[in-house]
Amino acid sequence: MDFAFLLQTMTTLLKAVPMTLALFSLSVFVGGLLALLIVWMRVGGNPVLSAFAKGYIFVFRGSPLLIQMFLVFYGLGQFGFIRYSFLWPFLREPFVCAVLSLALCTAGYSAEIFRGGIRAVSPREIEAARSIGMSGALLVRRILAPIAFRHALPAYSTEIVLMMKSTALASLVTVWEVTGVAQRLISQTYRTMEVFLCAAIIYLVLNFIILQAMSLLEYSLSRHRRAVPPALKA
Amino acid sequence: MATLELIGFGSTGWGALLLLAALMTLCVTASALAIGAVLGAIIAAAKLSGKATLVTLGNVYTTVFRGVPELLIIYLIYFGGSSAVTSIGKAMGYEGFLGMPSFLAGALAVGIISGAYQAEVFRGAYLAISKGELEAANAIGMNRSLRFRRVIIPQVLRFAIPGLGNVWQLSLKDSALISVTGLAELMRTSQVAAGSTRQYFLFFIVGGILYLVLTSLSDRIFNGAERRANRSMPTAAMGKA
Repeated sequence: MDFAFLLQTMTTLLKAVPMTLALFSLSVFVGGLLALLIVWMRVGGNPVLSAFAKGYIFVFRGSPLLIQMFLVFYGLGQFGFIRYSFLWPFLREPFVCAVLSLALCTAGYSAEIFRGGIRAVSPREIEAARSIGMSGALLVRRILAPIAFRHALPAYSTEIVLMMKSTALASLVTVWEVTGVAQRLISQTYRTMEVFLCAAIIYLVLNFIILQAMSLLEYSLSRHRRAVPPALKA
Repeated sequence: MATLELIGFGSTGWGALLLLAALMTLCVTASALAIGAVLGAIIAAAKLSGKATLVTLGNVYTTVFRGVPELLIIYLIYFGGSSAVTSIGKAMGYEGFLGMPSFLAGALAVGIISGAYQAEVFRGAYLAISKGELEAANAIGMNRSLRFRRVIIPQVLRFAIPGLGNVWQLSLKDSALISVTGLAELMRTSQVAAGSTRQYFLFFIVGGILYLVLTSLSDRIFNGAERRANRSMPTAAMGKA
Protein backbone atom coordinates (compact mmCIF):
# COMPACT_ATOMS: atom_id res chain seq x y z
CA MET A 1 0.00 0.00 0.00
CA ASP A 2 1.22 3.40 -1.01
CA PHE A 3 0.26 5.57 1.93
CA ALA A 4 1.49 8.81 0.42
CA PHE A 5 -0.82 8.29 -2.55
CA LEU A 6 -3.75 7.35 -0.31
CA LEU A 7 -3.22 10.45 1.81
CA GLN A 8 -3.01 12.68 -1.23
CA THR A 9 -6.16 11.12 -2.72
CA MET A 10 -7.99 11.51 0.56
CA THR A 11 -7.13 15.22 0.78
CA THR A 12 -8.25 15.81 -2.80
CA LEU A 13 -11.52 13.99 -2.21
CA LEU A 14 -12.16 15.69 1.12
CA LYS A 15 -12.03 19.04 -0.66
CA ALA A 16 -15.08 17.91 -2.66
CA VAL A 17 -17.07 16.94 0.43
CA PRO A 18 -18.59 20.42 0.96
CA MET A 19 -20.08 20.24 -2.55
CA THR A 20 -21.62 16.84 -1.81
CA LEU A 21 -23.00 18.14 1.47
CA ALA A 22 -24.43 21.25 -0.19
CA LEU A 23 -26.17 19.15 -2.85
CA PHE A 24 -27.44 16.79 -0.19
CA SER A 25 -28.76 19.30 2.32
CA LEU A 26 -30.38 21.63 -0.23
CA SER A 27 -32.11 18.83 -2.10
CA VAL A 28 -33.31 17.13 1.09
CA PHE A 29 -34.71 20.45 2.32
CA VAL A 30 -36.43 21.42 -0.95
CA GLY A 31 -37.53 17.84 -1.59
CA GLY A 32 -39.02 17.59 1.89
CA LEU A 33 -41.10 20.74 1.39
CA LEU A 34 -42.25 19.50 -2.01
CA ALA A 35 -43.12 16.11 -0.52
CA LEU A 36 -45.32 17.79 2.08
CA LEU A 37 -47.15 19.64 -0.68
CA ILE A 38 -47.65 16.46 -2.69
CA VAL A 39 -48.79 14.38 0.24
CA TRP A 40 -51.26 17.15 1.10
CA MET A 41 -52.62 16.92 -2.46
CA ARG A 42 -52.67 13.14 -2.29
CA VAL A 43 -54.66 12.80 0.93
CA GLY A 44 -56.54 16.11 0.79
CA GLY A 45 -59.69 14.64 -0.73
CA ASN A 46 -59.81 16.73 -3.92
CA PRO A 47 -59.93 14.13 -6.73
CA VAL A 48 -58.09 16.30 -9.27
CA LEU A 49 -55.22 17.13 -6.92
CA SER A 50 -55.09 13.54 -5.73
CA ALA A 51 -54.84 12.25 -9.31
CA PHE A 52 -52.08 14.76 -10.03
CA ALA A 53 -50.16 13.64 -6.94
CA LYS A 54 -50.58 9.99 -7.92
CA GLY A 55 -49.27 10.75 -11.40
CA TYR A 56 -46.33 12.70 -9.98
CA ILE A 57 -45.38 9.86 -7.66
CA PHE A 58 -45.71 7.29 -10.45
CA VAL A 59 -43.51 9.25 -12.85
CA PHE A 60 -40.75 10.21 -10.44
CA ARG A 61 -40.54 6.83 -8.73
CA GLY A 62 -40.81 4.85 -11.95
CA SER A 63 -38.02 6.42 -13.99
CA PRO A 64 -34.30 6.63 -13.25
CA LEU A 65 -33.00 9.78 -11.59
CA LEU A 66 -30.33 10.16 -14.28
CA ILE A 67 -32.87 10.63 -17.05
CA GLN A 68 -34.74 13.18 -14.92
CA MET A 69 -31.52 15.05 -14.30
CA PHE A 70 -30.60 15.09 -17.99
CA LEU A 71 -34.12 16.22 -18.82
CA VAL A 72 -33.71 19.22 -16.53
CA PHE A 73 -30.11 19.96 -17.49
CA TYR A 74 -30.21 19.47 -21.27
CA GLY A 75 -33.95 19.50 -21.97
CA LEU A 76 -35.06 22.78 -20.45
CA GLY A 77 -32.51 24.91 -22.27
CA GLN A 78 -34.06 23.84 -25.56
CA PHE A 79 -37.06 26.09 -25.07
CA GLY A 80 -36.76 29.75 -25.95
CA PHE A 81 -39.26 30.87 -23.36
CA ILE A 82 -37.10 29.36 -20.64
CA ARG A 83 -33.84 30.61 -22.08
CA TYR A 84 -35.14 34.16 -22.26
CA SER A 85 -36.96 34.12 -18.94
CA PHE A 86 -35.67 35.48 -15.63
CA LEU A 87 -35.10 31.86 -14.52
CA TRP A 88 -32.37 31.15 -17.03
CA PRO A 89 -29.44 32.56 -15.01
CA PHE A 90 -30.34 29.94 -12.38
CA LEU A 91 -31.31 27.06 -14.64
CA ARG A 92 -28.08 27.48 -16.58
CA GLU A 93 -26.12 26.44 -13.52
CA PRO A 94 -25.42 22.70 -13.29
CA PHE A 95 -25.61 22.91 -9.49
CA VAL A 96 -29.16 24.32 -9.57
CA CYS A 97 -30.24 21.68 -12.10
CA ALA A 98 -28.78 18.91 -9.96
CA VAL A 99 -30.50 20.16 -6.81
CA LEU A 100 -33.77 20.64 -8.67
CA SER A 101 -33.85 17.15 -10.11
CA LEU A 102 -32.70 15.53 -6.87
CA ALA A 103 -35.42 17.40 -4.99
CA LEU A 104 -38.14 16.54 -7.53
CA CYS A 105 -37.16 12.88 -7.39
CA THR A 106 -36.93 12.55 -3.62
CA ALA A 107 -40.25 14.37 -3.26
CA GLY A 108 -41.99 11.47 -5.00
CA TYR A 109 -40.43 8.86 -2.72
CA SER A 110 -40.82 10.93 0.45
CA ALA A 111 -44.47 11.70 -0.29
CA GLU A 112 -45.23 7.97 -0.27
CA ILE A 113 -43.30 7.54 2.97
CA PHE A 114 -45.17 10.42 4.62
CA ARG A 115 -48.47 9.00 3.39
CA GLY A 116 -47.60 5.69 5.02
CA GLY A 117 -46.91 7.58 8.23
CA ILE A 118 -50.25 9.36 8.06
CA ARG A 119 -52.09 6.10 7.45
CA ALA A 120 -50.45 4.63 10.50
CA VAL A 121 -52.06 7.22 12.78
CA SER A 122 -54.85 5.39 14.57
CA PRO A 123 -58.33 6.70 13.65
CA ARG A 124 -59.24 6.66 17.33
CA GLU A 125 -56.74 9.40 18.08
CA ILE A 126 -58.20 11.53 15.31
CA GLU A 127 -61.72 10.87 16.57
CA ALA A 128 -60.67 11.79 20.08
CA ALA A 129 -59.20 15.06 18.84
CA ARG A 130 -62.36 15.81 16.88
CA SER A 131 -64.60 14.99 19.82
CA ILE A 132 -62.85 17.50 22.05
CA GLY A 133 -63.42 20.04 19.30
CA MET A 134 -60.03 20.47 17.61
CA SER A 135 -60.21 22.24 14.26
CA GLY A 136 -58.50 20.89 11.15
CA ALA A 137 -55.29 22.90 11.43
CA LEU A 138 -54.90 22.29 15.14
CA LEU A 139 -55.55 18.58 14.65
CA VAL A 140 -52.85 18.37 12.00
CA ARG A 141 -50.39 20.35 14.10
CA ARG A 142 -50.94 18.65 17.45
CA ILE A 143 -52.03 15.10 16.58
CA LEU A 144 -51.59 14.07 12.96
CA ALA A 145 -48.23 15.58 12.03
CA PRO A 146 -46.21 14.56 15.14
CA ILE A 147 -47.50 10.97 15.15
CA ALA A 148 -47.20 10.56 11.38
CA PHE A 149 -43.65 11.97 11.41
CA ARG A 150 -42.64 9.54 14.12
CA HIS A 151 -44.05 6.61 12.15
CA ALA A 152 -42.41 7.77 8.93
CA LEU A 153 -38.98 8.39 10.46
CA PRO A 154 -37.35 4.95 9.96
CA ALA A 155 -38.33 4.78 6.28
CA TYR A 156 -37.43 8.43 5.81
CA SER A 157 -33.92 7.90 7.16
CA THR A 158 -33.43 5.17 4.54
CA GLU A 159 -34.60 7.61 1.88
CA ILE A 160 -32.16 10.24 3.12
CA VAL A 161 -29.28 7.79 2.87
CA LEU A 162 -30.39 7.00 -0.68
CA MET A 163 -30.29 10.73 -1.36
CA MET A 164 -26.72 10.94 -0.15
CA LYS A 165 -25.84 8.23 -2.67
CA SER A 166 -27.86 9.93 -5.39
CA THR A 167 -25.80 13.13 -5.15
CA ALA A 168 -23.11 11.15 -7.00
CA LEU A 169 -25.13 11.53 -10.20
CA ALA A 170 -24.56 15.28 -10.12
CA SER A 171 -21.04 14.56 -11.37
CA LEU A 172 -22.58 13.55 -14.71
CA VAL A 173 -23.91 17.08 -15.17
CA THR A 174 -20.46 18.53 -14.37
CA VAL A 175 -20.87 19.28 -10.67
CA TRP A 176 -17.57 18.39 -9.02
CA GLU A 177 -18.61 16.44 -5.96
CA VAL A 178 -16.83 13.44 -4.41
CA THR A 179 -17.69 10.82 -7.05
CA GLY A 180 -16.88 13.15 -9.92
CA VAL A 181 -13.48 13.98 -8.44
CA ALA A 182 -12.89 10.28 -7.76
CA GLN A 183 -13.65 9.44 -11.39
CA ARG A 184 -11.22 12.13 -12.55
CA LEU A 185 -8.52 10.75 -10.24
CA ILE A 186 -9.15 7.21 -11.53
CA SER A 187 -8.79 8.22 -15.14
CA GLN A 188 -5.66 10.22 -14.35
CA THR A 189 -3.86 7.61 -12.25
CA TYR A 190 -5.50 4.27 -13.17
CA ARG A 191 -5.33 3.32 -9.49
CA THR A 192 -8.96 2.35 -9.21
CA MET A 193 -8.84 0.41 -6.00
CA GLU A 194 -7.11 3.06 -3.87
CA VAL A 195 -9.33 5.90 -5.09
CA PHE A 196 -12.45 3.79 -4.63
CA LEU A 197 -11.36 2.91 -1.11
CA CYS A 198 -10.96 6.57 -0.12
CA ALA A 199 -14.26 7.66 -1.70
CA ALA A 200 -16.10 4.68 -0.19
CA ILE A 201 -14.79 5.57 3.28
CA ILE A 202 -16.03 9.15 2.86
CA TYR A 203 -19.52 8.04 1.85
CA LEU A 204 -19.73 5.38 4.54
CA VAL A 205 -18.74 7.89 7.22
CA LEU A 206 -21.28 10.43 5.94
CA ASN A 207 -24.03 7.78 5.87
CA PHE A 208 -23.06 6.58 9.31
CA ILE A 209 -23.36 10.12 10.69
CA ILE A 210 -26.78 10.55 9.03
CA LEU A 211 -28.07 7.26 10.41
CA GLN A 212 -26.80 8.06 13.90
CA ALA A 213 -28.42 11.49 13.80
CA MET A 214 -31.69 9.99 12.63
CA SER A 215 -31.74 7.30 15.29
CA LEU A 216 -30.96 9.96 17.89
CA LEU A 217 -33.95 11.93 16.62
CA GLU A 218 -36.10 8.82 16.71
CA TYR A 219 -34.97 8.11 20.26
CA SER A 220 -35.77 11.61 21.45
CA LEU A 221 -39.19 11.52 19.75
CA SER A 222 -40.27 8.23 21.29
CA ARG A 223 -39.75 9.06 24.93
CA HIS A 224 -43.27 7.91 25.74
CA ARG A 225 -42.51 4.38 24.54
CA ARG A 226 -39.46 3.80 26.69
CA ALA A 227 -39.74 2.06 30.01
CA VAL A 228 -39.66 4.39 32.97
CA PRO A 229 -36.22 4.16 34.60
CA PRO A 230 -36.43 2.32 37.95
CA ALA A 231 -35.12 5.36 39.83
CA LEU A 232 -38.15 7.41 38.79
CA LYS A 233 -40.68 4.65 39.41
CA ALA A 234 -40.40 4.81 43.17
CA MET B 1 -45.04 15.61 -37.65
CA ALA B 2 -41.29 15.98 -37.66
CA THR B 3 -41.39 14.86 -34.05
CA LEU B 4 -43.28 11.71 -34.91
CA GLU B 5 -40.79 10.93 -37.63
CA LEU B 6 -37.90 11.27 -35.21
CA ILE B 7 -39.28 8.72 -32.77
CA GLY B 8 -40.91 6.58 -35.48
CA PHE B 9 -39.56 3.57 -37.29
CA GLY B 10 -38.66 5.21 -40.59
CA SER B 11 -35.12 5.66 -41.92
CA THR B 12 -34.64 8.86 -39.90
CA GLY B 13 -36.52 7.53 -36.87
CA TRP B 14 -34.99 6.33 -33.63
CA GLY B 15 -37.95 4.13 -32.67
CA ALA B 16 -36.41 0.77 -33.49
CA LEU B 17 -33.11 1.66 -31.81
CA LEU B 18 -34.88 2.84 -28.69
CA LEU B 19 -36.93 -0.36 -28.43
CA LEU B 20 -33.79 -2.41 -28.96
CA ALA B 21 -32.13 -0.37 -26.22
CA ALA B 22 -35.05 -1.08 -23.89
CA LEU B 23 -34.49 -4.77 -24.58
CA MET B 24 -30.81 -4.32 -23.76
CA THR B 25 -31.79 -2.66 -20.47
CA LEU B 26 -33.97 -5.67 -19.66
CA CYS B 27 -31.16 -8.09 -20.56
CA VAL B 28 -28.51 -6.32 -18.49
CA THR B 29 -30.89 -5.98 -15.52
CA ALA B 30 -31.89 -9.65 -15.71
CA SER B 31 -28.22 -10.71 -15.82
CA ALA B 32 -27.50 -8.40 -12.90
CA LEU B 33 -30.37 -9.88 -10.92
CA ALA B 34 -29.11 -13.42 -11.62
CA ILE B 35 -25.57 -12.51 -10.51
CA GLY B 36 -27.03 -10.76 -7.48
CA ALA B 37 -29.15 -13.81 -6.61
CA VAL B 38 -26.05 -16.00 -6.38
CA LEU B 39 -24.10 -13.41 -4.39
CA GLY B 40 -27.12 -12.63 -2.24
CA ALA B 41 -27.70 -16.29 -1.39
CA ILE B 42 -24.04 -16.70 -0.39
CA ILE B 43 -24.06 -13.54 1.73
CA ALA B 44 -27.38 -14.45 3.35
CA ALA B 45 -26.01 -17.91 4.19
CA ALA B 46 -22.91 -16.29 5.68
CA LYS B 47 -25.00 -13.94 7.78
CA LEU B 48 -27.24 -16.76 9.01
CA SER B 49 -24.36 -19.15 9.70
CA GLY B 50 -23.75 -17.76 13.18
CA LYS B 51 -19.96 -17.93 12.77
CA ALA B 52 -18.51 -14.59 13.86
CA THR B 53 -16.09 -14.10 10.95
CA LEU B 54 -18.68 -15.03 8.32
CA VAL B 55 -21.30 -12.79 9.90
CA THR B 56 -18.86 -9.87 9.98
CA LEU B 57 -17.89 -10.48 6.37
CA GLY B 58 -21.54 -10.52 5.33
CA ASN B 59 -22.23 -7.33 7.27
CA VAL B 60 -19.25 -5.56 5.70
CA TYR B 61 -20.45 -6.58 2.23
CA THR B 62 -24.00 -5.35 2.72
CA THR B 63 -22.90 -2.14 4.46
CA VAL B 64 -20.35 -1.21 1.81
CA PHE B 65 -22.42 -2.02 -1.27
CA ARG B 66 -25.58 -0.44 0.06
CA GLY B 67 -23.80 2.63 1.45
CA VAL B 68 -21.58 3.65 -1.45
CA PRO B 69 -23.04 5.39 -4.55
CA GLU B 70 -23.88 3.01 -7.39
CA LEU B 71 -21.95 5.15 -9.84
CA LEU B 72 -18.76 4.71 -7.83
CA ILE B 73 -19.20 0.92 -7.85
CA ILE B 74 -19.71 0.94 -11.61
CA TYR B 75 -16.46 2.94 -11.97
CA LEU B 76 -14.70 0.46 -9.69
CA ILE B 77 -15.79 -2.57 -11.72
CA TYR B 78 -15.37 -0.95 -15.13
CA PHE B 79 -11.98 0.69 -14.63
CA GLY B 80 -10.71 -1.84 -12.12
CA GLY B 81 -11.89 -4.71 -14.30
CA SER B 82 -10.24 -3.20 -17.35
CA SER B 83 -6.88 -2.85 -15.65
CA ALA B 84 -7.20 -6.41 -14.34
CA VAL B 85 -7.96 -7.67 -17.85
CA THR B 86 -5.03 -5.66 -19.21
CA SER B 87 -2.60 -7.15 -16.72
CA ILE B 88 -3.87 -10.67 -17.50
CA GLY B 89 -3.34 -9.85 -21.16
CA LYS B 90 0.20 -8.73 -20.39
CA ALA B 91 0.91 -11.97 -18.57
CA MET B 92 -0.26 -13.84 -21.63
CA GLY B 93 2.01 -11.81 -23.84
CA TYR B 94 -0.43 -9.23 -25.21
CA GLU B 95 0.84 -5.65 -25.05
CA GLY B 96 -1.50 -2.68 -24.74
CA PHE B 97 -4.80 -1.80 -23.14
CA LEU B 98 -7.65 -4.27 -22.99
CA GLY B 99 -11.10 -2.99 -22.06
CA MET B 100 -13.61 -4.95 -20.04
CA PRO B 101 -16.78 -5.58 -22.07
CA SER B 102 -19.25 -2.95 -20.91
CA PHE B 103 -22.14 -5.42 -20.72
CA LEU B 104 -20.16 -7.67 -18.41
CA ALA B 105 -18.89 -4.77 -16.31
CA GLY B 106 -22.36 -3.26 -16.01
CA ALA B 107 -24.12 -6.50 -15.17
CA LEU B 108 -21.42 -7.36 -12.64
CA ALA B 109 -21.55 -3.94 -10.96
CA VAL B 110 -25.33 -3.78 -10.72
CA GLY B 111 -25.32 -7.46 -9.74
CA ILE B 112 -22.94 -6.80 -6.85
CA ILE B 113 -25.18 -3.97 -5.65
CA SER B 114 -28.37 -6.00 -6.00
CA GLY B 115 -26.62 -8.88 -4.24
CA ALA B 116 -26.35 -6.74 -1.13
CA TYR B 117 -30.08 -5.99 -1.22
CA GLN B 118 -31.02 -9.56 -2.15
CA ALA B 119 -29.00 -10.90 0.78
CA GLU B 120 -31.28 -8.97 3.14
CA VAL B 121 -34.37 -10.16 1.25
CA PHE B 122 -33.31 -13.82 1.45
CA ARG B 123 -32.32 -13.50 5.08
CA GLY B 124 -35.71 -12.03 5.96
CA ALA B 125 -37.48 -14.74 3.97
CA TYR B 126 -35.53 -17.50 5.73
CA LEU B 127 -36.33 -16.04 9.12
CA ALA B 128 -40.02 -15.98 8.14
CA ILE B 129 -40.15 -19.78 7.88
CA SER B 130 -41.82 -21.06 11.00
CA LYS B 131 -39.49 -22.93 13.35
CA GLY B 132 -42.01 -25.72 13.69
CA GLU B 133 -41.70 -26.71 10.05
CA LEU B 134 -37.93 -26.97 10.27
CA GLU B 135 -38.23 -29.07 13.41
CA ALA B 136 -40.91 -31.24 11.78
CA ALA B 137 -38.60 -31.86 8.83
CA ASN B 138 -35.86 -32.94 11.25
CA ALA B 139 -38.29 -35.07 13.20
CA ILE B 140 -39.32 -37.17 10.22
CA GLY B 141 -35.65 -37.74 9.49
CA MET B 142 -34.96 -35.47 6.50
CA ASN B 143 -31.27 -34.85 6.06
CA ARG B 144 -29.95 -31.34 5.54
CA SER B 145 -30.00 -31.27 1.76
CA LEU B 146 -33.50 -32.76 1.51
CA ARG B 147 -34.78 -30.31 4.08
CA PHE B 148 -33.15 -27.48 2.18
CA ARG B 149 -34.67 -28.59 -1.12
CA ARG B 150 -38.17 -29.50 0.04
CA VAL B 151 -38.85 -27.15 2.94
CA ILE B 152 -36.54 -24.17 2.87
CA ILE B 153 -36.14 -23.29 -0.81
CA PRO B 154 -39.85 -23.28 -1.80
CA GLN B 155 -40.79 -21.10 1.15
CA VAL B 156 -37.85 -18.71 0.90
CA LEU B 157 -38.70 -18.12 -2.75
CA ARG B 158 -42.33 -17.50 -1.89
CA PHE B 159 -41.58 -15.09 0.94
CA ALA B 160 -38.91 -13.35 -1.11
CA ILE B 161 -41.08 -12.43 -4.11
CA PRO B 162 -42.20 -8.97 -2.89
CA GLY B 163 -38.65 -8.08 -1.83
CA LEU B 164 -37.23 -9.37 -5.10
CA GLY B 165 -39.75 -7.20 -6.93
CA ASN B 166 -38.35 -4.16 -5.13
CA VAL B 167 -34.78 -5.16 -5.92
CA TRP B 168 -35.69 -5.64 -9.57
CA GLN B 169 -37.16 -2.13 -9.74
CA LEU B 170 -34.07 -0.73 -8.04
CA SER B 171 -31.74 -2.56 -10.43
CA LEU B 172 -33.77 -1.45 -13.44
CA LYS B 173 -33.17 2.14 -12.42
CA ASP B 174 -29.53 1.50 -11.50
CA SER B 175 -29.00 0.01 -14.94
CA ALA B 176 -29.37 3.53 -16.36
CA LEU B 177 -26.01 4.32 -14.75
CA ILE B 178 -24.33 1.64 -16.88
CA SER B 179 -24.67 4.19 -19.68
CA VAL B 180 -21.41 5.75 -18.40
CA THR B 181 -19.54 2.68 -19.67
CA GLY B 182 -20.92 3.24 -23.17
CA LEU B 183 -23.24 0.24 -23.27
CA ALA B 184 -26.09 1.02 -25.70
CA GLU B 185 -28.92 0.55 -23.24
CA LEU B 186 -31.97 2.77 -22.96
CA MET B 187 -30.32 5.69 -21.18
CA ARG B 188 -27.29 5.76 -23.44
CA THR B 189 -29.35 5.46 -26.63
CA SER B 190 -31.68 8.29 -25.54
CA GLN B 191 -28.58 10.37 -24.85
CA VAL B 192 -27.09 9.63 -28.28
CA ALA B 193 -30.39 10.29 -30.02
CA ALA B 194 -30.85 13.52 -28.08
CA GLY B 195 -27.33 14.68 -28.84
CA SER B 196 -27.36 13.94 -32.56
CA THR B 197 -30.77 15.48 -33.23
CA ARG B 198 -30.49 18.29 -30.65
CA GLN B 199 -33.96 17.27 -29.45
CA TYR B 200 -32.93 16.72 -25.82
CA PHE B 201 -36.32 17.23 -24.28
CA LEU B 202 -38.11 14.90 -26.69
CA PHE B 203 -35.74 11.99 -26.39
CA PHE B 204 -35.33 12.14 -22.62
CA ILE B 205 -39.13 12.21 -22.30
CA VAL B 206 -39.43 9.22 -24.62
CA GLY B 207 -36.68 7.38 -22.74
CA GLY B 208 -38.39 8.19 -19.46
CA ILE B 209 -41.71 6.87 -20.77
CA LEU B 210 -40.06 3.63 -21.88
CA TYR B 211 -38.59 3.25 -18.38
CA LEU B 212 -42.05 3.84 -16.91
CA VAL B 213 -43.45 1.14 -19.19
CA LEU B 214 -40.74 -1.27 -18.05
CA THR B 215 -41.23 -0.54 -14.35
CA SER B 216 -45.03 -0.71 -14.42
CA LEU B 217 -45.05 -3.89 -16.52
CA SER B 218 -42.62 -5.62 -14.20
CA ASP B 219 -44.64 -4.43 -11.23
CA ARG B 220 -47.64 -6.29 -12.67
CA ILE B 221 -45.61 -9.41 -13.34
CA PHE B 222 -44.32 -9.51 -9.77
CA ASN B 223 -47.80 -8.94 -8.37
CA GLY B 224 -49.09 -11.80 -10.48
CA ALA B 225 -46.24 -14.03 -9.36
CA GLU B 226 -46.95 -13.18 -5.74
CA ARG B 227 -50.61 -14.09 -6.12
CA ARG B 228 -49.71 -17.31 -7.89
CA ALA B 229 -47.15 -18.34 -5.31
CA ASN B 230 -49.57 -17.68 -2.48
CA ARG B 231 -52.59 -19.39 -3.98
CA SER B 232 -52.07 -22.44 -1.76
CA MET B 233 -51.63 -20.36 1.38
CA PRO B 234 -54.73 -19.97 3.51
CA THR B 235 -55.64 -16.31 3.82
CA ALA B 236 -55.58 -16.38 7.60
CA ALA B 237 -51.95 -17.50 7.57
CA MET B 238 -51.14 -14.73 5.10
CA GLY B 239 -52.24 -12.18 7.63
CA LYS B 240 -49.69 -13.49 10.08
CA ALA B 241 -46.83 -13.64 7.58
